[in-house]
Amino acid sequence: MNGLIGKKIGMTSIFDDRGRNIACTVIEAGPCVVTQVKTEDTDGYTALQLGYGEAKEKNTTNPLLGHFQNAKTSPKRKVIEFRDFDIVDKTIGETINVDEVFVEGDLVSAVGTSKGKGFQGVVKRHNFRGVNDATHGQHNRLRAPGSIGAASYPAKVFKGMRMAGRDGGERVKIKNLQVVKIFPEQNLLLLKGAVPGHKGAYVIIEK
Amino acid sequence: MDAIKFVQEQLAKTTNFPAFRPGDNVVVDYKIIEGDKERIQAFRGDVIQIKGEGATKTFTVRKVSNGVGVERIFPFTSPNIVEIKILKRGKVRRARLYYLRDLVGKKARIKERKFLGKKD
Repeated sequence: MNGLIGKKIGMTSIFDDRGRNIACTVIEAGPCVVTQVKTEDTDGYTALQLGYGEAKEKNTTNPLLGHFQNAKTSPKRKVIEFRDFDIVDKTIGETINVDEVFVEGDLVSAVGTSKGKGFQGVVKRHNFRGVNDATHGQHNRLRAPGSIGAASYPAKVFKGMRMAGRDGGERVKIKNLQVVKIFPEQNLLLLKGAVPGHKGAYVIIEK
Repeated sequence: MDAIKFVQEQLAKTTNFPAFRPGDNVVVDYKIIEGDKERIQAFRGDVIQIKGEGATKTFTVRKVSNGVGVERIFPFTSPNIVEIKILKRGKVRRARLYYLRDLVGKKARIKERKFLGKKD
């Protein structure tokens, strides 16, 4: 899996050559530092471990500080491993830029943590439809879940029954986002469509 | 935010349309692509709002066609807009003329602005 770690900057829209308006997410992707190279001999599989985003030294644990010193780099906020990274041939301490990994027109996946919505009812959280009737004797039921089970058999509510609760704030992967444009000098990547998370959130772009 | 501005500056078409305000009566000539044919259609009406900034700035034009209100939203940076002509300058007291949607006939008219300021 080839990819980079990045930061969501925000959204805008551009026009393509056919005059269609495309909503795009702007992502600052990389430059990422190779913090470890895993090989078949030493680890049993091949992978590249990348670091991105500056972290304060006082907020970094001593084991991690040593790890970053091995790569001769400053402490990083995000350290993520990409298995079978095969596009570029890099050794520890080198940086990877956007244009080395992605090409315009590529279909990529974006992984991020979705915006937290707090405690939400079933209509928002699980796309239930509610009761749909405001009349016919209904009262206080417009967004209710309805029945959650049968009666004396099975005499319980099944595990995993979808109910109200904490919504959002979880890892989400969006697949098949098209790379619309790359600005290598600014490390910017334009993806067609939306990417999970708030502005400034870390996202993993995989190819 | 600056990165977004940078992207917009790089990719958005710079437009050179005459400056207009909400309340003005305009004709928007825009390209329509039907299959492989291309033709130009005009949309005439009153500008009822201008919103957004940069590459996502848009304006809404409202007209009444056969007794039915029709509104179209045009992005300023759209490559499909050929020309915008201002026919009349309107005298209005607000930036968003949503109240026109509830008015029909003579009440839905906009008074013309006869004395133009420096901005025009």
